[in-house]
Amino acid sequence: MTATRDELVAAARGPRRFGWWYIAEHQFRQMRRYLWVVVVNTIGSPLLYLLGIGFGLASFMTRPIADGPDGPVSYLLFVTPALVASAGVAVASDEFQYSVMMGFKWRRLFWGMNDSPVEPPQIVTGFVLAVAGRMLFSTLAFAAIAVLFGGLGDPWSAFAVAGAGLLGGMAFGLPLLAYSATITEDKGQFALVNRFVFTPMFLFSGTFYPLATLPVWLQWIGWVSPLWHASEIGRAASYGRSPGSWPVGWHVVVLLTLCVAGWVAARRVFVRRLRG
Amino acid sequence: MTVISARGLVKRYGDLAAVDGIDFEVPAGESFGLLGPNGAGKSTTMRMVGAVSARTAGDLTVLGLDPDTHGPEIRAQLGVVPQEDNLDLELRARDNLVVYGRYFGISRAECLRRADELLAFAQLEDKATAKVDDLSGGMKRRLTIARALINTPRVLMLDEPTTGLDPQARHVLWDRLFRLKERGTTLVLTTHYMDEAEQLCDRLIVVDHGRIMAEGSPAELIRRYSTREVVELRFGTDRNADAGARLESAADRVEVLPDRVLLYTDDGERLLEHVAREGMRPTTSLVRRSSLEDVFLRLTGRSLIE
Repeated sequence: MTATRDELVAAARGPRRFGWWYIAEHQFRQMRRYLWVVVVNTIGSPLLYLLGIGFGLASFMTRPIADGPDGPVSYLLFVTPALVASAGVAVASDEFQYSVMMGFKWRRLFWGMNDSPVEPPQIVTGFVLAVAGRMLFSTLAFAAIAVLFGGLGDPWSAFAVAGAGLLGGMAFGLPLLAYSATITEDKGQFALVNRFVFTPMFLFSGTFYPLATLPVWLQWIGWVSPLWHASEIGRAASYGRSPGSWPVGWHVVVLLTLCVAGWVAARRVFVRRLRG
Repeated sequence: MTVISARGLVKRYGDLAAVDGIDFEVPAGESFGLLGPNGAGKSTTMRMVGAVSARTAGDLTVLGLDPDTHGPEIRAQLGVVPQEDNLDLELRARDNLVVYGRYFGISRAECLRRADELLAFAQLEDKATAKVDDLSGGMKRRLTIARALINTPRVLMLDEPTTGLDPQARHVLWDRLFRLKERGTTLVLTTHYMDEAEQLCDRLIVVDHGRIMAEGSPAELIRRYSTREVVELRFGTDRNADAGARLESAADRVEVLPDRVLLYTDDGERLLEHVAREGMRPTTSLVRRSSLEDVFLRLTGRSLIE
């Protein structure tokens, strides 16, 4: 059963090219196990938010807080793109914390992948791709439901708003993935991330009111927050103007920078940890 | 044909040399073992051979390829059974084999076909649709072995394959591994159980502190480093050392352990008679064949399981 060098090289050609896809396949198959949770979350969460805000909170907001190109816009229109973006961020927070710990430590799934021809950077790519799939499903579903509620100025903007949510979710998620991959022992770090990163980000990123409403010394939270940048892009797409003074291109650049930095860092950490 | 060749293999973590210059060769079809206590460098060696950990120094080829440059090509030909199971507990048994087979670029249809074959080989056909979480420890271990065979590997690497299993589960597993050996699969395994090494290995190296202490078949090693028989006597913790000293001249070699005295000799019964003639009264006495444990004790002055 001897093999020539060429035969050995040929046998690994598939994994060398498509290893990332094989990993994504595994992740999608895993998600099927908790598909109903994903679906209930994806549909239930926008319904709750839009009902609560659209019929509840918005009825008190008589004074407009944001303008479109043709004058003031409703509170629902203002808040919906931010809610879509936060749906993306929530998926990132779901998938890039405990699942990473599961992969490295609790179930050691990444070590199993690592013993196959698949390389650590491909593990990152496949894992991220699967999460991106779930994230896009969530943000698209949210945006589609929002159209039914009249939450988006232009119904066709649903795609752009969902895309902004995906970009924002990844800009938050990829650096989080890199951080989670460095954790060798769960000492409550994830609880800290949720309490002191995720929650403040949600509250201080101009999600429910324009960022400029905050005192200047608190506004920096928005500037570094992927959620704010994604919300601003979504608002510009939905009703033609974002309340902040930044051009949309800048928001995109900030988010892409965070994505690339997180991606590069995550690949490095995975390689270091799996191939040490 | 040589499947694995290591020359002066070294792995250093900072100042610590986990593997400190070891040489070995494994020909195709051989069942090769690395025997040594925990922390001896066995798993580190396996990781280097498995092309998932770069060597610090030395030469290493697996199937004629350098793991530093041809990791995926080497791993495509290996089956790896890690020390700790890393099955996907969320998936069913068959799905575990299928998703793993896909990592090797094997088509889904072919993965399904092989999965059924391997489940039968692992005596798990009736568990194909069971969730992995519901399987016993021995079943999980067999499923891990089945998973490692999904790519019909040229070399199957097993790191402590039966650690933590009950005796019956160990025997079932040994039987499966023995069948693979009969089929000509090259096996490389680490263990700190000498009975496992004796059962499964054609040849082995005894490793301690990252170095090779001895190399040979189990029978050769026993012949070279021990006597034919061993007499085990227990006199009580306080009296073992004195008894050992008194019997020094009657045996080829004496080892005093905290709980017993080991007397190495070619004729155990005769030595026991001598003990009786001396008027010594051990609380228990036993004559047994020398084992790899004795080899290890001789080579390192320590027991394998401490």
